[in-house]
Order: sequence, then C-alpha cells, then structure tokens
Amino acid sequence: MEGFFKYIGKSVEKIDALALATGQPLFTDDMEIKNALQIKSLYSPYAHAIIEDIEEEEALKIPGVKLILSYKNTPQYLHTTAGQGWPEPSPYDTCMFNRKVRYVGDRVLTVAAETEEIATEALKHIKVNYKILPAVFDPEEAMKEGAPVIHDEEGISGVYDARRNLVAHIEVKTGDIEKGFRESDVVVEDTFETHYAQHCPIEPHVTITYLDEYGRLVIRTSTQVPFHVRRIVSQVTGIPLKDIRVIKPRIGGGFGVKQEIILEEICAYTTYLTGRPARYLYSREEEFISSRTRHPMKIKVKIGAKKDGTFNAIKMYALSNTGAYGTHGLTVASNTGSKTLPLYNKAENVEFIADVVYTNLPVAGAYRGYGATQGYAALEQVVDEVAEKLGISPIEIRKKNHIRSGETSPIFRALGEGREGVTQYIQSESLDRLIEAGAKEISWSENRRKKTGKQSKVRGIGMAMLMQGSGIPAVDMGAATIKLNEDGSFNILYGGTDIGTGLDTVVAQIVGETLGTSPDKVIVYAADTDITPFDKGAYASSGTFVSGGAVYNAALKLREQVFEYAREKFNEFDTKEFLIEDGEVISKRSGRRISLSEIAYETFYVRKHQQLMATASFISQSSPPPFAVHFVEIEVDTETGQITPIKYVAAVDCGIPINPELVKGQIIGAIVNGIGYALTEEFEFGKSGKMVNPNFLYYRIPSSRDIPEIVPIIIETYEPTGAYGAKSVAEVNINGPIPAIGNALYNATGIRIHKTPYTPEKVLKALKDNINK
Amino acid sequence: MKAHFTINGEKKEFEFSEGEVLLDLLRRNGYTEVKGNCYLGTCGACTVLIGGIPRASCVTLAAQVVGQEILTVKGIGSIKHPHPIQKAFAEKGAVQCGFCTPGAVLTAYALLKNNPSPTVEDIKIALDGNLCRCTGYIQQIEAIKYAIELIKGGK
Ligand code: FES
Ligand code: FES
Repeated sequence: MEGFFKYIGKSVEKIDALALATGQPLFTDDMEIKNALQIKSLYSPYAHAIIEDIEEEEALKIPGVKLILSYKNTPQYLHTTAGQGWPEPSPYDTCMFNRKVRYVGDRVLTVAAETEEIATEALKHIKVNYKILPAVFDPEEAMKEGAPVIHDEEGISGVYDARRNLVAHIEVKTGDIEKGFRESDVVVEDTFETHYAQHCPIEPHVTITYLDEYGRLVIRTSTQVPFHVRRIVSQVTGIPLKDIRVIKPRIGGGFGVKQEIILEEICAYTTYLTGRPARYLYSREEEFISSRTRHPMKIKVKIGAKKDGTFNAIKMYALSNTGAYGTHGLTVASNTGSKTLPLYNKAENVEFIADVVYTNLPVAGAYRGYGATQGYAALEQVVDEVAEKLGISPIEIRKKNHIRSGETSPIFRALGEGREGVTQYIQSESLDRLIEAGAKEISWSENRRKKTGKQSKVRGIGMAMLMQGSGIPAVDMGAATIKLNEDGSFNILYGGTDIGTGLDTVVAQIVGETLGTSPDKVIVYAADTDITPFDKGAYASSGTFVSGGAVYNAALKLREQVFEYAREKFNEFDTKEFLIEDGEVISKRSGRRISLSEIAYETFYVRKHQQLMATASFISQSSPPPFAVHFVEIEVDTETGQITPIKYVAAVDCGIPINPELVKGQIIGAIVNGIGYALTEEFEFGKSGKMVNPNFLYYRIPSSRDIPEIVPIIIETYEPTGAYGAKSVAEVNINGPIPAIGNALYNATGIRIHKTPYTPEKVLKALKDNINK
Repeated sequence: MKAHFTINGEKKEFEFSEGEVLLDLLRRNGYTEVKGNCYLGTCGACTVLIGGIPRASCVTLAAQVVGQEILTVKGIGSIKHPHPIQKAFAEKGAVQCGFCTPGAVLTAYALLKNNPSPTVEDIKIALDGNLCRCTGYIQQIEAIKYAIELIKGGK
C-alpha cells in the first residue's frame, strides 16, 4: 500500500510518547490531590468463611480514621465486576462487600484514613470473627455432589447451576461427531492443563475520587472501560449516573485486568459518604492476591483425520476454573472454542463443550488472549500429534486444514460471547503466506532437531497457527466526534481507551488520512464520560477496529460537510471529483481550491455560522480474525531441564497495519508476555489456598535478559470491513508461545509436558519418565 | 528530620522521617515522574540516578542519600528539549504505556555515560532491572542503539 496512502501504513510517532518519556504527570496517581483520604483493605485469610462479626470500635477511635466500609454499611447490590457491555454475560454474584468470603484475598473491609500509615495501623485493630467453611480448590471436585457450595446466597443470577458450583455450561455441536471419528483413519486425543497467571501491568490498579465544584463525583481511574465504570458504579452505589464523571488519564498497561471494576465503586462510595477526596492504590501484592488472573483450564482435544491429513472431526472439552466469582467465566470459555475451532474449518464434525466452575481460589477474569490462549495451548499440540501419527509435516497438515478467504465455519454462528454468535465469512486471510514466510525465517526443515556443541544441550523447532477476533460482533459499539478548527486542525473526542497500545495515534492517522491533514494537526481527547461520546472500552481486540471504525465514520461525515461547503463556494453541481489533501479541498474538475483553515474561518465568522463537526458510531456485524503463525527455536538443557528460546518468529496478518511500528510493539509485547506464561510465571498456592509468591522475586515475569531474538513479519491483507483495511493485533500473538514451545520441546527431546508452565523441574521429570518408558 | 538534596541540579530542602524511602519523598514533593510501587527493588520503575548510578528509590532510604546528586528523568530532558535517549524511545516504538519508561530511560542514560558503545548484550544486562510488560524490550533496545547514533551525530 506504499504510496497509496499518505498517513496509513506509516510509523507515525506515538503522540504521547515524548510526554511519557520525559516524565509528564499523565497517570492516575500523578495528580496531586489535597486532603485525600487513603484507603486500605483487609483481606480474608480463609478460603471459605462466613463473617460472623466485625469488631471495629477500637479502630474507629484512632485519630485520623474516617470510615470503615464492609457488608454492614454498604448497599448489598448483586452485580458483576466484569466491566462488560450491558446486559453483562457474567453472573451477578458479588456485592461491593460480601458477608461470605470465598478465597484467601477476598476483600472483607476497607478503612479510609487521613494517611496510609493510619489506615494500615487501623487494620491491625479490627477483629473479624469468621465461621470457617470447608473449601474446594479443585474444579473437578467442585462439581461433585456434596462439594461445598460456594455461591448459596439469595438472589444471584446468571449462574448455570449454583448447587454444583457450575457457573456456565456450554455445548455446541455441528455435524455428527461420533460418526466423524468412526470415519477417520487416525484419531488422537490428548489433555493439557494451563495455570493461574497475572497480567502484571507495571502500574497497578489505582483510583482517585473527588467531588467537583458542583458536588458531582469525579472518578479518575486506571481503567480500560470508563463508560462501564460509570454505569456500574452508579448501579452498585446508587449514585445517579448523571452525577458521575469518569476520567481516563494515561494508563500504565492493562492486558484485561483493568477491565474489572474493583476499586472504583469503593473509592467513589467513600467520597460520596464523606465528601472527601479519596485515593485507593493497590500494592503489587494486592494486585496478585486480590485483583484478577487468567482462568486456568484443563482442555481435552480429540481430532479425527483422514490419511491425507484432512480433519474429519474435532472435539474439545474445556474445564475452566473461574475461582471465587464468575466474572468473564462464560465468555472466556466460549472463546476457548470460538476463537480456535474455526481455524480448522475443514472438519465438518465439531463439538465444543465447556464447564466453568467456581472454586475457593483467586478470581479469574479477562486476560489478553481471553480463553483462546488456553485453547491453543492444547489444540496446536494435538495438531502436531496428528501430523506425526500420519507421517505428515506440521506445516502440511495446517495448510491442508486451515480456513481460507471466502469460507466460513459453523462455529462462528453457533458460539458467540456467551450466547449465539454471528455468521461470518473470512474476507482477508493469508495463512499460507504466513506459514511460508515464517518457516523460511526460522530455517524450517524436516530434520530441524539439532545437536549443539554441548552434549547435554539439544535444539528443536516448533510452530503454532493462531487466530483471534476484532471486537465483539453485534455487541460492541464505539462513537466519536470530530470538529474543525480555524487553523485546519481537528479535535477528536472519542470514548476509545488507549491503555498504552497507541490507539490515540492510530485514530489521529485515520483522521489525517480521511481529512487530508497531517496527524500532528489532529488533537485527540479520549475517554471522559462528561465530554466524549460512548465507547465500550479497551478489550476484545477492538481498539483499531471498533473505536477506529467510529472515528473513521465520523471523519467521513465531516468530510462530506467540508466538501459540501466547498461545493457551494466553487459553485459546482456535485463533489464527485473533490479531493482533500495537505489541508486543502480541491476540485479536480475546476481546479479550484480552498484550505480547511479558510473553511473554518468562513463557517465560524463569515457565512453559514456553523461549527463543522460530526459524530458517528461504529458497530460491526462481524469480527474479522487476525491470523498469526509462530515458529520458535529452543535449546533444552537436558541436565538442568532449562528451556531457552533462541529465536522466535511471528508472521502476522492484521489486515493493513495502520502504524507498523506500533503493530510490531503489540506483536513482540504479546509474545514476551506469552513466553513468561509458558516458562516461568505461575501462582503458587499454600495448603489454605493462599497465593504465596505475590511479588516479582518469586513470580518471574520476563526481563530484558530472558528474551530471544524475535522477528515479527507483518504480511498485509486488506480487510474490507475495517477502516483502511485494518484488523486487530493486540491479543492474537499471546496465544503462540505455549504450543510453539511445547512442539519445539517435543521436537528437541521427544517429551510432551501436559501441564504449564514448562519449568526445569517438569522438563527433568518428563525426560526421566521418557527414559524409563 | 530535614536535609538538603540536589535534585536535577537544584538544591532542595525536604523534611522526612527516618524510615522514609526516597521514592515516597520524591513523589510527595511533586517528582511524580518517578514511578513504581513494588517497594522491593524488583521492577525498576522507581529508578533514579544517584551520583550517576541507577538505584531503586523504593529501597533507598532518603536519609542515606542526603546531600547527594539525584537525577530523575525530568533532569535529562524536557518535551521541548528532549535528551536523544528520550527522543529515540519516542521515535522507535519503545514507549507503549510509558509507565516503565522514565526508569528505563535513566538506566540507558547511565549506561551510555559509562559505555558510549555498548553491545546488545550490554544493553540487555543494563535493562535487566527495569521490567516492562508492554514492549517485550526489543524496541527499547533498538531505541538505545538509535540514541547512540543520535548522540554520536551530535543531535
Ligand atoms: S518500585 Fe522500586 S523497584 Fe519497584
Ligand atoms: S511501556 Fe508499559 S511497562 Fe514498559
């Protein structure tokens, strides 16, 4: 597309980058707020208990303690913290504070005091009496008759079978699965388990609330979903929605965890009751023990294939552990099937079944990849197993079975976000090219297993093929307003929520391209519920596609107005041959031209007397998948069990990359996050269900020294339903590391590990078991 | 207690308690460009330079660095006059959310002061203490290499 577009496909500098690199006060907690109450929380030390009483009198006597909130004095309004569109597909199974605590780390109460020290001190003077209940940590146990019932409260809704701790049960079938297996030449079945992990944004959750000059409540918060925050805080606290303003400043990363509303309602309620500003900041430890995590799953995949490698039947069963509350339980599990199975649409007989189960462990929520990560961990390894059994290469079997442009999969319709999905046909796809480009870069060959100079070290190469979506079809809406200023610059006011991804820059490029203006003359103001139009927020890979789509639609509308003004001025019949470039409208027919600046001056002050501006929304009926093919070469030390990724290649089709440098950043960032998940990051639990490694010393996320050479290869396609041909890119690449490394490990050593992460201990044990076999 | 510090070249007097860590003292006094909240020296977001050496301000007692030269990211450049490292980070996609950026930029600054031509391995070792969850480090490393060119070219 080089040369075709002026600003699309160009690595325009991220508009906030220099401000961030020079340390401007842009984040939630960078605002100085005088006299703010500081909020600290008390957490349950028990995995399952009823609070019988809270003795708080002593604490309240401490000078500087202003307010203690618990179930005793807060509205008992059942809701979900999921931060999804309305009506939420997650169960209403929690209150601001619950009388029953359901995991170690469940919030019991908060203290608001003049200083953090006083609040922390006060916590020590509060006595909570618990009636301890039996707890259950294993999802399979939790479903059994006689297991402790975790949600037995009155009035919960959206839970499939609370008595069996079953949050959701999903069953989707196409074709005749048993017949499909019977008619297959080979059938392979295997089961893989994934583990608890946390998003670890370097900025933890933080919220600041205060009353403005008119007594309205302002919530400045590190959120991915400002409009859902406004709605849900109002719902939970009873504060009228019109009295709440949510401001999203710069956000220090989210990856899904800031989609949850977990601080805002309490901080808001504290300000509402006291009239005082309040600040509620999570520590790193709280981020681990009491925010949200990735759903651990156990996934069984069974594939039946013909001799030539064509898949005949695929069956997937996912058992998902949502922890103590059901937030995102149903939808994450839906995505485990809906974002993976359509990739292999040659199989006519497909079955997907999932159970989502409560346990007395930390709460799972949305995490980049959103269930697809877990699905691919299993699916892509079983695909390799089928290939091996048939004596076909992993590349050939994928080429034979992947979805292609113009094709569909019945799963798209059968399985949506916790409800029926929508039929969609793939309109942009280049999987064969992705496979070839990636294979070439990694030097793929049938004999790719390599010895190294050292006896104990072997190398292997593995691959994985992936897709995701772009927004939630027929549900997610974004909106934007654009207006023209006297110097030909534009303001965008939109609800889109840039949490570090660069979305604000992408939309400036979209407006620049559409309105013939350099992106540095586009001023982006985002996500303030008083000022900008609605947007669903940052999740489901919807930024460029949905929020960008809204901005594009608004830009088109505004361009019509600009053209119409020019047409009147030029005295022409129509605007068919009008161009807009370099800040000017030009009629190719007459050669006449007028600058955007002149148009603004004239429409403001001379004729018309009108602000040229447009507002538009975007909703998509489809969710075009970005595709990726990953290859990784690893080195395995058979003496220590250590796996070291040497080179990682990701060939990616995200449609037209609006900003290649930013796309590259999304690809690499997701891969490194995924490598951490595959190799080192893991929640460790004590006997009581307590997470015992809540810090970066013992929960190891990758540092600069842990990364391999990473080669992102962007292969352009054109997605006709996306603004300037773009699809999403934020999530898809986190799905690759587990299966690609798993397949590489098998290639190098002949072992397959069925439970992530691939730690040295597990590798050593598997190597030993393999020898003894 | 009360004592003097030199922060970004300016002499300042602050009041602080014996056990207060430098991170808290700095943020409390408006140096919000210093980020971080792990308080274990494990994330690097709170990095400042003390006498030119990168230190985690969350595990450094204010009392320990009385009278010393402290440099935050604002001390090496501004939006109008960015340091080449800041410019390079912005240009090369090394800033995503930007929360780790002040720390990473300062670490790079100290590295290049000591070693104007580091290898990629040197850069990786230097950045080891500055966790970034967004970029995956590659663009940060590329930015530092680019900054070296900018500095050599006198830009
Ligand atoms: S806050 Fe100092 S290293 Fe994390
Ligand atoms: S840019 Fe977000 S943590 Fe580094």
